Amino acid sequence: MNKIWLVMQREYLARVKKKSFLLATLLTPLIFPAIMAIFVWIAVEEKDNQSLRIIEVVDENKLFFLESSDQYAFSFSDRSDEEAKELVKNGDRYGFLHIPNFDLEDPKGITFFGEENPNMNLMSYLESSLKKKIEDQRLYESGIDPQLISDIRTNVDIKSITVNEQGEEKVSNATVNYAIGFVAGILIYMFIFIYGNQIMQGVIEEKSSRIVEILVSSLKPFQLMMGKIVGIAGVGLTQLLIWIVLIGGLTTIVTGYLGMKMPQQQAMEMAQVGMEQIPDSGVSEILQVINGIDFVTLVLCFVFYFLGGYLLYGALFAGIGSAVDAPSDAQQFMLPVTIPLIVSYMGLFVFVLQDPNSTASFWLSIVPLTSPIAMMGRVSFGVPFWELALSMVLLILGFLGTTWLAGKIYRIGILMHGTKPSYKTLWKWIKTNN
Amino acid sequence: MLETQKLNKSYGSNRALTDVDLKVSKGVIFGLLGPNGAGKSTLIRIINQIIDADSGQVLIDGKPLAPYHISQIGYLPEERGLYKKMKVWDQMIYFARLKGLSQHDAKTRIKNWLDKMEMSTWREKKIEDLSKGMAQKVQFISTIIHNPPLLILDEPFSGFDPVNAEIIKDQILELKKQGTTVILSTHRMESVELLCDQVAMINKSHKILDGTIRQVKNSFRPEVFHVTVENPVKEIPAEWTAKEDEGAYHFTLPLSGKRPNELLEELMNYGQISRFQEVIPSMEEIFIHQVKSTHDE
Repeated sequence: MNKIWLVMQREYLARVKKKSFLLATLLTPLIFPAIMAIFVWIAVEEKDNQSLRIIEVVDENKLFFLESSDQYAFSFSDRSDEEAKELVKNGDRYGFLHIPNFDLEDPKGITFFGEENPNMNLMSYLESSLKKKIEDQRLYESGIDPQLISDIRTNVDIKSITVNEQGEEKVSNATVNYAIGFVAGILIYMFIFIYGNQIMQGVIEEKSSRIVEILVSSLKPFQLMMGKIVGIAGVGLTQLLIWIVLIGGLTTIVTGYLGMKMPQQQAMEMAQVGMEQIPDSGVSEILQVINGIDFVTLVLCFVFYFLGGYLLYGALFAGIGSAVDAPSDAQQFMLPVTIPLIVSYMGLFVFVLQDPNSTASFWLSIVPLTSPIAMMGRVSFGVPFWELALSMVLLILGFLGTTWLAGKIYRIGILMHGTKPSYKTLWKWIKTNN
Repeated sequence: MLETQKLNKSYGSNRALTDVDLKVSKGVIFGLLGPNGAGKSTLIRIINQIIDADSGQVLIDGKPLAPYHISQIGYLPEERGLYKKMKVWDQMIYFARLKGLSQHDAKTRIKNWLDKMEMSTWREKKIEDLSKGMAQKVQFISTIIHNPPLLILDEPFSGFDPVNAEIIKDQILELKKQGTTVILSTHRMESVELLCDQVAMINKSHKILDGTIRQVKNSFRPEVFHVTVENPVKEIPAEWTAKEDEGAYHFTLPLSGKRPNELLEELMNYGQISRFQEVIPSMEEIFIHQVKSTHDE
């Protein structure tokens, strides 16, 4: 045990002290708020600096009206195509919208001419305005008052409340749960891949630089393997912790700062976009949902599956590393490790997040190879206790199993040089007793 | 000190060791000889508890090999390495602590050794910045830092320049003086004759000979004598194929069942004998001869 601790310490310090670790740990969290900041800044700057763009509209139906905004003004006229195009070329007009005379039931031939490609915003604004006008017009013609339609239009938002076995009620919201499951699943997936690879690289380094022969004369190969796996887990947790603190802190600072800088009107606009579908009670409902989430359970589950998944796969990565002489040889053994990971990743999107209680979701979150990712996709939606317990017990057993398996391969593999093992030889190693 | 009894080990259908019995006395330098792939490394790995024997046992001071023996053995493998990115000091502390030294003991001992070998200035250097010879020294110190009563060195001189090889040789002899038992596995027969008290030779998984250097050499005496006769009074028989050099005749004669004195008496009839010397094989010759003869079987 003491020796595992020594190995762990070395593995941990050797990595944490590296400059590359420091850079990755400090820069990665900066990227997210930085990208946000850049986008918001560009948007703000663009609007500030933009001059009004005038668009010439020639409507042969004499029917349409387009509302001008901060950025675009619409000038209606009967100019001929040539004249209008000339204006665009001169730069007097940003663009020219030509609406030919058409049958309302089949509106075709609307064209926009511009010096440059018009942006998506403008196009969708034009399209939706014209569409609405045509629809209204047709409603009139059928004898229906469009005002009536908009009065009838109702917003329905179902408040979903889950009742648990104790009879407690919780407000839930599929979107929030989806987001939590999504982020947690992806994090675990990335962590397993990145740190699993580090384990493998570390084992290969020790093997190819022949340090291992000295090490195994001082401690058992199994101790060496476990020390390495646990030490690297520590590195990962350290990194995660720093990220959470930094991302949280920086995002708050950046959004706070930009929120103040943003012109009032624009902030309102942005808020409107977000709130359009949600009635007034929306904000308070989201707060209610967030309050309803059992964060203690969520965090505990996350840490458990995060570590469980990592240890389960980490052992396999260590086993692979021990069997080969160089990272390039490891490719052939990666498949059995990559496939269940990819399956859980795909399963997360195709089944788990779509329907957390389907049969497929159930099995994905129970089987140890896929459960770390799949179960995290389900936890925020609420999982019956027995399923969670079963999944956790199986994950522990799975971890013990892969560690045992990897230990058998590792013990022989690290002392083998110059041979390219096949699955058959690996199987032989697993079967031999010493 | 160390004894192996009927050790057997095979990898699949390859036999690495067959009924190997060895006895290494306390305080000697024991040469373990044999060509590549003979089974030496397997034997050493078994003693170091890296692998287990299929059958047979290893005794250290009469007790069966057990995990606590790890701290009593120092092992320098033939294939050796250090963490390239680690600093000399950290690396040595790590190895010393894995061998069971406390942090405090490890520090004082390493400091003493670095001073002794005039290496103190490298403390904070990374291994990758050292020359190969320097790294080898670090490795050697790491091997003996816990003062093991049994030291196993596999090709300790490979990779050293003559000056450093001499330093290491002196250290080995110094350790012997302090009572350390050393098992030296090597192909270099000149260092065997120079350093070893006892030897054993393994070929194709079998131990084919063992004993003190003298015993081994004696058992391989070809019973042949170098003879020089000055100004012979009688004609030297042609079948002796003597070489003449300013009146002195040099030739080599087998005993052919006679005793040395009988042969000498006979030779005295030919004239003044200025040399009568038994041919003693070098370890190198014995080694080559033995390996060849077991190959021919």
